[in-house]
Amino acid sequence: MLDKNQIAQRIAKELKDGYYVNLGIGIPTLVANFIPEGITVTLQSENGLLGMGPFPLAGEEDPDLINAGKQTITTLPGSAFFDSAMSFGMIRAGKVDLTVLGAMEVSENGDIASWKIPGKMVKGMGGAMDLVASAKNIIVAMMHTNPKGESKLLKKCNLPLTGIKCVKKIVSNLAVIEVTDNGFRLLERAPGVTVEEIQNKTEGKLIVEGDIPEMIF
Amino acid sequence: MNKVFKDAGEALHDISDGKIIMLGGFGLCGIPENCIAALVKKEVKELTCISNNAGVDDFGIGLLLKKKQLKKMIASYVGENAEFERQLLTGELEVELIPQGTLATRCMASGYGMPAIFTPAGVGTEVAEGKESRVFNGKEYLMEYAFDADFALVKAWKGDTAGNLIYKETARNFNPLMAMAGKITIAEVEELVEAGQLNPNEIHTPGIYVHRIFKGSVYEKRIEQRTIRQSAH
Repeated sequence: MLDKNQIAQRIAKELKDGYYVNLGIGIPTLVANFIPEGITVTLQSENGLLGMGPFPLAGEEDPDLINAGKQTITTLPGSAFFDSAMSFGMIRAGKVDLTVLGAMEVSENGDIASWKIPGKMVKGMGGAMDLVASAKNIIVAMMHTNPKGESKLLKKCNLPLTGIKCVKKIVSNLAVIEVTDNGFRLLERAPGVTVEEIQNKTEGKLIVEGDIPEMIF
Repeated sequence: MNKVFKDAGEALHDISDGKIIMLGGFGLCGIPENCIAALVKKEVKELTCISNNAGVDDFGIGLLLKKKQLKKMIASYVGENAEFERQLLTGELEVELIPQGTLATRCMASGYGMPAIFTPAGVGTEVAEGKESRVFNGKEYLMEYAFDADFALVKAWKGDTAGNLIYKETARNFNPLMAMAGKITIAEVEELVEAGQLNPNEIHTPGIYVHRIFKGSVYEKRIEQRTIRQSAH
């Protein structure tokens, strides 16, 4: 079973040289720590920055320079600032190559629910609806089950949707799964996790073809 | 014509109960701190606020919430504010949550003189309920209207007496969009200079959009999530 950092590490293997990437809050943010050596990836922060750098050193925090998670950050050589309309303009126009975000539920046809639990939690969708409606490639980083042990990979989402038919791939603590027209297709198992366990913890249709390899980091 | 006002109190003199007000900023970054303080002091009520976030419990728009000055909040993300959640769940506050890109582009449309925009954000979700949609090149888009706001309150880094504005770093966010969208736009700046002292090549918001400008008396610039790294390895 993977921990949060390992999920991020596995997702980082999907990055390619030249990619512009938007990382959501939570596990997706950790992906920045595992960008493979030798490739250039530019991080987009939807509050208006391309070329997001690491957190500042103590004493160098700048209140005017934050990421979409409201954390203090830095710029890099080649960074650019812009307003929120241009930020979502580049997202809507398909300029961002990869979006990584978290989810509460994903359905077998690629629907995603991530922004609201009716009666309990209403924080808002932020930029998630814009991102999932337009991104060419969306990877969801999530736990396979909720704290009660119930599957979060469903036939149909129960919670209010963030977007429809948009998730392309899921990296969970148990598996790497591709979302196809016919359902979830199992690509890789986390080390020490069996196909049977993944099957048991996936409520939606899981397609298992041939030997399923263990993930390599 | 003079656009320069002495302070927030004077610049906001005619904001009365029930007005629709846009406020720039993302989280607490680039918010019009002095304008918010003036609204609190004026005790105007029944306001509709359009802003990406609702501040935190004791800063930003949270200050207006605490004093129950808002009738309605239009925002994209309102976490980090317990008082907001309380007023929302008890029904004291009317809330419209809209996707962040939609919020930004509805401001932009207003400033560009376009009545509506089409966006795929929210298609197939509860955001789409009751909205017109159209299919372009096989993909569905929602029609979203330009905002109609009485006042836009924005924060810039530098401004001049002609109303031209320059923003700093990610404190730009919604500010230039809202500056274009207000029937009356009021800008507060950290540094106010005479016309001619800013480089015209570097202006983000041309003064035509800005009706009033003043130098903010104090900037707390509170940081919401102070994150640092250990010194270089």
